[in-house]
Amino acid sequence: MKMNQAWKKQGINIRPGTVITGKWHRKRYVIKRRLGRGAVGTVYLCEQNGRYAALKISENAASMTVEVNVLKSLGKVQGNRLGPSLLDVDDWEVSADAKYAFYVMEYLDGKPLQAFIKRHGQEWVGAFMLQLLGDLEHLHKAGWVFGDFKPENLIVVPSPPKVRWIDVGGTTKIGRSIKEYTEFYDRGYWGMGSRRAEPSYDLFALAMIFLTIYYPTRFEKGPNPKATLFKKLNNVQQLHIYRHCLKKALLGHYQSSAQMRKEILEAIHNAKTNAKTARRHTGTRSAAPPSNRSTWKEGGGIMLLAIVFYLSSLLLPY
Amino acid sequence: MKKGTLKQILLITDGCSNKGEDPSVTATFAHEQGIAVNVIGVLDDDQTEEPEGFQEVEDIANSGGGLSQIVYKQALSQTVQMVTKQTMTQTIQGFVNQELKQILGPEQNLEEIEPDKRGEIMEVVEDMGETCDLEVLILVDTSASMHDKLPTVKEAITDLSVSLNARIGRNRFSIYHFPGKRKDIQKVLDWSPKLDSISNVFPKLTSGGITPTGPAIREAVYQFGKKSLLRSLRDEDEPGMEEARH
Ligand SMILES: Nc1ncnc2c1ncn2[C@@H]1O[C@H](COP(=O)(O)OP(=O)(O)O)[C@@H](O)[C@H]1O
Repeated sequence: MKMNQAWKKQGINIRPGTVITGKWHRKRYVIKRRLGRGAVGTVYLCEQNGRYAALKISENAASMTVEVNVLKSLGKVQGNRLGPSLLDVDDWEVSADAKYAFYVMEYLDGKPLQAFIKRHGQEWVGAFMLQLLGDLEHLHKAGWVFGDFKPENLIVVPSPPKVRWIDVGGTTKIGRSIKEYTEFYDRGYWGMGSRRAEPSYDLFALAMIFLTIYYPTRFEKGPNPKATLFKKLNNVQQLHIYRHCLKKALLGHYQSSAQMRKEILEAIHNAKTNAKTARRHTGTRSAAPPSNRSTWKEGGGIMLLAIVFYLSSLLLPY
Repeated sequence: MKKGTLKQILLITDGCSNKGEDPSVTATFAHEQGIAVNVIGVLDDDQTEEPEGFQEVEDIANSGGGLSQIVYKQALSQTVQMVTKQTMTQTIQGFVNQELKQILGPEQNLEEIEPDKRGEIMEVVEDMGETCDLEVLILVDTSASMHDKLPTVKEAITDLSVSLNARIGRNRFSIYHFPGKRKDIQKVLDWSPKLDSISNVFPKLTSGGITPTGPAIREAVYQFGKKSLLRSLRDEDEPGMEEARH
């Protein structure tokens, strides 16, 4: 019987302990557990020769090949490692009419962005913005746009904490139409731009990622999507110092990640200087007005950020 | 490989046809003329078991060489977009596979080729998908039961246009709904490069219990040969008439 697409999409269930042997390269992978299920396949934690890796498997050889192509291209980009490194590409032939395509990649063992920030503090917001913008700059320079940029596709690995990208299925060559996206992070959905792959497409999504941290259940578009976004942004006190930059990103006013990164750094620096003056104030006067106190608190966070930056090169308890 | 034109019908319906010829037959007829028929079955959230009309949705897409997808209202936008794109890829891949067979022999298709060599083939498929011209006729079931789904359908269609207009290749869209007042289908929007303005033209609901899906598909096929389509494409070829990007 033919299966309905929606059902077929649920993918295959492989029991832990199952051994998958590649048809072409004959490597053996022992399935440990399921890590997640995505649009085109299922990802499992597996073991090969005592090493852990992530194995993505699907019935759709074409889509898998497209992802493998992206991972291969990302592997060639100079600078930071963008996306998990690719270890093997093969097929699993269960029987004559049950064939699956799979690829094996570096296993990224980490925490979701939101959980990490909740546990380790707001100071990380700025740090992760800078990391992500740095990586995006490398990616864009190499001629690609990430596309499906969202918290679910990011993972924070420890020692030192670093945001890594997991799902590169949406990565698209600049100038083409975005391959894969998620509505909430897609500027087309918000009526704030096209779905053409250009650096500003990712920067919109980046702003949305940081906004979502404070709206875990997300929010509705409303009759005026642009006004909704700005209102939501203005309501987040923790993003106060980045507000101007994030607004520019939402409006598509940045031509490059480098430009946005520079302004984020400036914003952090300014907040730090303001904090210093504010503190000198509170030091000389007995009672500081409440508005000053709040600046101080924010500035204090920024000071911490600088320290945390230094610390992040050392081992941090995870 | 030369740049081609992909022709698709996108049928959005929630139920079973009950008038005229079997929709699978007219879908086969469409397929034979190089037009893929995709079917999206829009259901209500509470329907859990295999719903009525499910089999018909499947059959039409199978006969029409397209894809079928059952969705719930909320997920419609992304689904419409995904199904359209996937069929494009599938069609192009089928075409590339045929070419491969000519070069490599009858048993060759993507799955039979070593994974390391699939990359280049998929690059060709992707290139073609991005640059080919696309003609999509959207066929909306506006029978009474679709009542509360039409606003979502409208949104999904506008969204499809946002996605497809980001491509390098040219697009032509037209929208028909069925049943029409006196005919099987009724024009909502003639062939045009964008779907921005559909809010004004989107159809009022037809009440009554008839759903002539089969005849609607047959009529839709004829629209691909229409002069208005040729004219709209010719206009664009004239210098200075190039469709503005962004
Ligand atoms: N390299 C990896 N290391 C650890 N977990 C991973 C890795 N790749 C994928 N995952 C997990 O599997 C889930 C689904 O995989 P993903 O690649 O996102 O599928 P899709 O591209 O279809 O959305 C991810 O959300 C993540 O939790």
